[in-house]
Amino acid sequence: MSEVSVTKDAAPAAEDLVVLDNVNKHFGALHVLQDIDLKIARGEVVVVIGPSGSGKSTLCRTINRLETVDSGHISIDGKPLPQEGKPLAKLRADVGMVFQAFNLFAHKTVLENVMLGQTKVRRTEKQAAETKARALLDRVGVGNQADKYPAQLSGGQQQRVAIARALAMDPKVMLFDEPTSALDPEMINEVLEVMKQLADEGMTMVVVTHEMGFARSAANRVVFMSDGRIVEEATPDQFFNNPRSDRAKDFLAKILHH
Amino acid sequence: MNVLLDHLDLFRDGFIGTVSLTAASAALALILGVLIAGFRVSPVPPLRAFGTAWVTLLRNTPLTLLFLVAFFVLPQVLFPGISSYVLGVLALGFYTSSFVCEAVRSGISTVPLGQAEAARSLGMTFVQTLRMVVLPQATRTVLPPLSSIMIALTKNSAIAGAFNNPELFSVQKVLSDKGYNVMVIFVWVALAYLVLVFLISGFFRLLERRMEVAR
Ligand SMILES: Nc1ncnc2c1ncn2[C@@H]1O[C@H](COP(=O)(O)OP(=O)(O)OP(=O)(O)O)[C@@H](O)[C@H]1O
Ligand SMILES: [Mg+2]
Repeated sequence: MSEVSVTKDAAPAAEDLVVLDNVNKHFGALHVLQDIDLKIARGEVVVVIGPSGSGKSTLCRTINRLETVDSGHISIDGKPLPQEGKPLAKLRADVGMVFQAFNLFAHKTVLENVMLGQTKVRRTEKQAAETKARALLDRVGVGNQADKYPAQLSGGQQQRVAIARALAMDPKVMLFDEPTSALDPEMINEVLEVMKQLADEGMTMVVVTHEMGFARSAANRVVFMSDGRIVEEATPDQFFNNPRSDRAKDFLAKILHH
Repeated sequence: MNVLLDHLDLFRDGFIGTVSLTAASAALALILGVLIAGFRVSPVPPLRAFGTAWVTLLRNTPLTLLFLVAFFVLPQVLFPGISSYVLGVLALGFYTSSFVCEAVRSGISTVPLGQAEAARSLGMTFVQTLRMVVLPQATRTVLPPLSSIMIALTKNSAIAGAFNNPELFSVQKVLSDKGYNVMVIFVWVALAYLVLVFLISGFFRLLERRMEVAR
């Protein structure tokens, strides 16, 4: 009967939803992720910033294993990322991802885009899936575009549909890889507002972005990356007003004063 | 004129033979071709290797040689007593599947990578991603080459005629053995092929038009 007394000390603390432990990745000779340690608590909003090529997208994509890693461990909600196949697909359903290029399914209507994952992955009834899809589309403000094809929508509308599509899976965590970088300036805010609202509602979020306003107002923590390393982690206030590392100071000087 | 009218039933059987051989091999080639294309883009290395071997072997072997293997080796080692129709369909279908596979694969590569990544990050499996997201979008680019492949198949089915299958081209041999003017027979046989080829390309053009509208 000794198994009764097995302690749970080894398991990660319940509030850590995403844990990256000593993660390394190479693209050929390029060491894109170097000894990355990152813990993201449930309900936390983490903004990842850094110069181009520093590995932000790669970091984001390793969390749902769109990129494999060379060494280290990644776990989500206490479960290590599976290698391949059905278990990996199942885990990915719990991790929402929003891409810079939207990547809406071009051959499906907006409504079908938001229903597909529900019906095919979650096996939700068609009627229930449609009701939920319409509610989500309303929530992100594109309810009246439900029957159009993605190509008929503006970039801002497409990105909001993409957010709705991810939310339809009831994800535990949402990953955003520069969600506003492909948008015309006048459409950036409509997307950021949806994201801000999500953050306020307690969604756990990892956001790669150059939108410092969003980082200041929505992030609990800023992670600054440079050359494949996490150079600095701080609250937005600390980071923007009082960056410690030279590289962060340099980076902030470049993006804030131009 | 007389050749056709006097042997209408022979021509009809030949026409039906060609249509039936072509249709059955086309179905087999489509199923195998799409399946092997899936193998070739799958994340599983052994499947990819199998797909590559399949295409390399079948696409680079002369069709006549495949027929020889199908008719003289296959019954010896595997299925004795198998009908010449089935053997003909197997040879034509396998051969054509390698071309279908490559057409489908090149269609797949025109679909932006982000489409598959979005599907995978929703939790769709590889097969679901291919079936529901990638292949439907690849179809439009695959149709024109597929049309050519099917026309080639129709004409290739003549080889089955030399292997004990009644079809259009073998009609020519039967009749010329009876002493009819070969040129006249050829005209009628060619005309029959022309009808088939027009039907096929018309069918594919219709499909293409349908796909344009559905967008
Ligand atoms: N598939 C790949 N193959 C080879 N190199 C890659 C690949 N993807 C990214 N890289 C390289 O890895 C480095 C990090 O890329 P990553 O996209 O993660 O940077 P990033 O911080 O997101 O940059 P950006 O701000 O430009 O999006 C870059 O130097 C990039 O060229
Ligand atoms: Mg990037």
